[in-house]
Amino acid sequence: MKRHLLSAADLSRDEAIAVLDTAEQIETSLQGREVKKLPTLRGRTVVNLFYEDSTRTRISFELAAKRLSADVLNFSAKGSSVSKGESLKDTALTLQAMGADAVVIRHNASGSPWQLASWIDGSVVNAGDGTHEHPTQALLDAFTMRKRAGRGVGDGLDGLKVTVVGDVLHSRVARSNVLLLRTLGAEVTLVAPPTLLPVGIETWPCAFGYDLDQALPDADVVMMLRVQRERMNASYFPTEREYARRYGLDAARAGSLAPQAIVMHPGPMNRGMEIAAEVADSARSTVVEQVANGVSVRMAVLYLLLGGAA
Amino acid sequence: MGTVPESADGGAGKTGRVILSADDISRVVDRISHQILEKTGGATDVVLVGIPTRGQQLAERIRSRIEAFSAQRLPIGVLDITLYRDDLRTRGVRPLEHSYEPEGGIDQKTVVLIDDVLYSGRTIRAALDALRDWGRPRAIQAAVLVDRGHRELPIRADYVGKNIPTARDEQIFVGISELDGVDGVVISSGQPDRHEVLAMLNGEGR
Repeated sequence: MKRHLLSAADLSRDEAIAVLDTAEQIETSLQGREVKKLPTLRGRTVVNLFYEDSTRTRISFELAAKRLSADVLNFSAKGSSVSKGESLKDTALTLQAMGADAVVIRHNASGSPWQLASWIDGSVVNAGDGTHEHPTQALLDAFTMRKRAGRGVGDGLDGLKVTVVGDVLHSRVARSNVLLLRTLGAEVTLVAPPTLLPVGIETWPCAFGYDLDQALPDADVVMMLRVQRERMNASYFPTEREYARRYGLDAARAGSLAPQAIVMHPGPMNRGMEIAAEVADSARSTVVEQVANGVSVRMAVLYLLLGGAA
Repeated sequence: MGTVPESADGGAGKTGRVILSADDISRVVDRISHQILEKTGGATDVVLVGIPTRGQQLAERIRSRIEAFSAQRLPIGVLDITLYRDDLRTRGVRPLEHSYEPEGGIDQKTVVLIDDVLYSGRTIRAALDALRDWGRPRAIQAAVLVDRGHRELPIRADYVGKNIPTARDEQIFVGISELDGVDGVVISSGQPDRHEVLAMLNGEGR
């Protein structure tokens, strides 16, 4: 694997499958154990550099690094010297001087992980940059799909039909998923109101449409995106109620899915908005599995980036 | 068993020699199985743990021989020690193999670790660390097909198929029919070509 994981597009098919395989082996080797800890990254330092709040992603990375015995530092912008005006570059140089082997960065500016990677010697993992990318989320989604589809070590997602629904415009999850799922051989369709699809969507390696009911019966996987209320400062859709009616996955819509189809959501969910509670809690839903799989996948990424020669 | 020169296209001056044939391996597996039964007093509360890749196949064979000799079916586990290696920083990452614990765990059991070649002892050391995370066995023993010497740690095997004094620059290649199509062990100077080694073993088998 390369030194950094910045974009889902950085991974070749073989590399992406290697991450999923490694995650699977790590998961089975820890299953049922009392001591869920491996000495693999003993003496390495992983810094979680979070400029945006994200408890879920941060604790997932933290747990992954700790289970591999790395030392973990959590750096949150709030209350740090960042709030006193320190630049990303100065923070990077501080981390470099402290000997961080890897920096996991979440930043509200798209592209910041690339900047960071050019300043420090350690590995950089993009844990979400602006509205751009979130590659480990895409990997854990792919891992969840592969398991639910009954495929195993060495397999891709060839022929799997994945429908991603909702706010594609602001979603780094959607972008990273489209890139990775294509690499793994899945067919991706984006469904959203026209106002929530980015300009230039025609050039993305996927199909897109506006009608959810039409897209559902064919899908093996339906991935619901969170409606990011905090970003809804413009009029992307008339009312929340109308959005829920046209693009929300309620029980009736879920009924039109194929029997084996699964429903995914990166969390946190707006129950009753993009997904109905009864669908979120149904056997089709993989929301809780995705969280558990996230730890295994992030362990795999840290092992592959840091396990080798320093 | 004579010295077999490598084919013309395979690097100058390197030689390979078959040191265990398929029949030898079969006898060794039988002997180790008997020794395990004897040393552990009938193999009650014994579990076998193979170290991938070839240790896993050997563990399965030993289990089936012990079953044939004593009608006992021992629990078997597989332990990939990659994540416990102390040389990851210098050697780089490698793909992980599937690991699983023996049914019923290892607490209060006698664990027999099984590998193909014992060399520096670092693999067994890593396995000892890994087993500690699985539980607390009553005792841990080690069985290997070949002991080639050059230990870097104070570790020895309880069951050894064959002791083979080697030079450090020599290579040991273990062929296991489930994976390689043929059983046998070859020693060669320099880096052996896998196809040549297999051809050599196939020749020996005829």
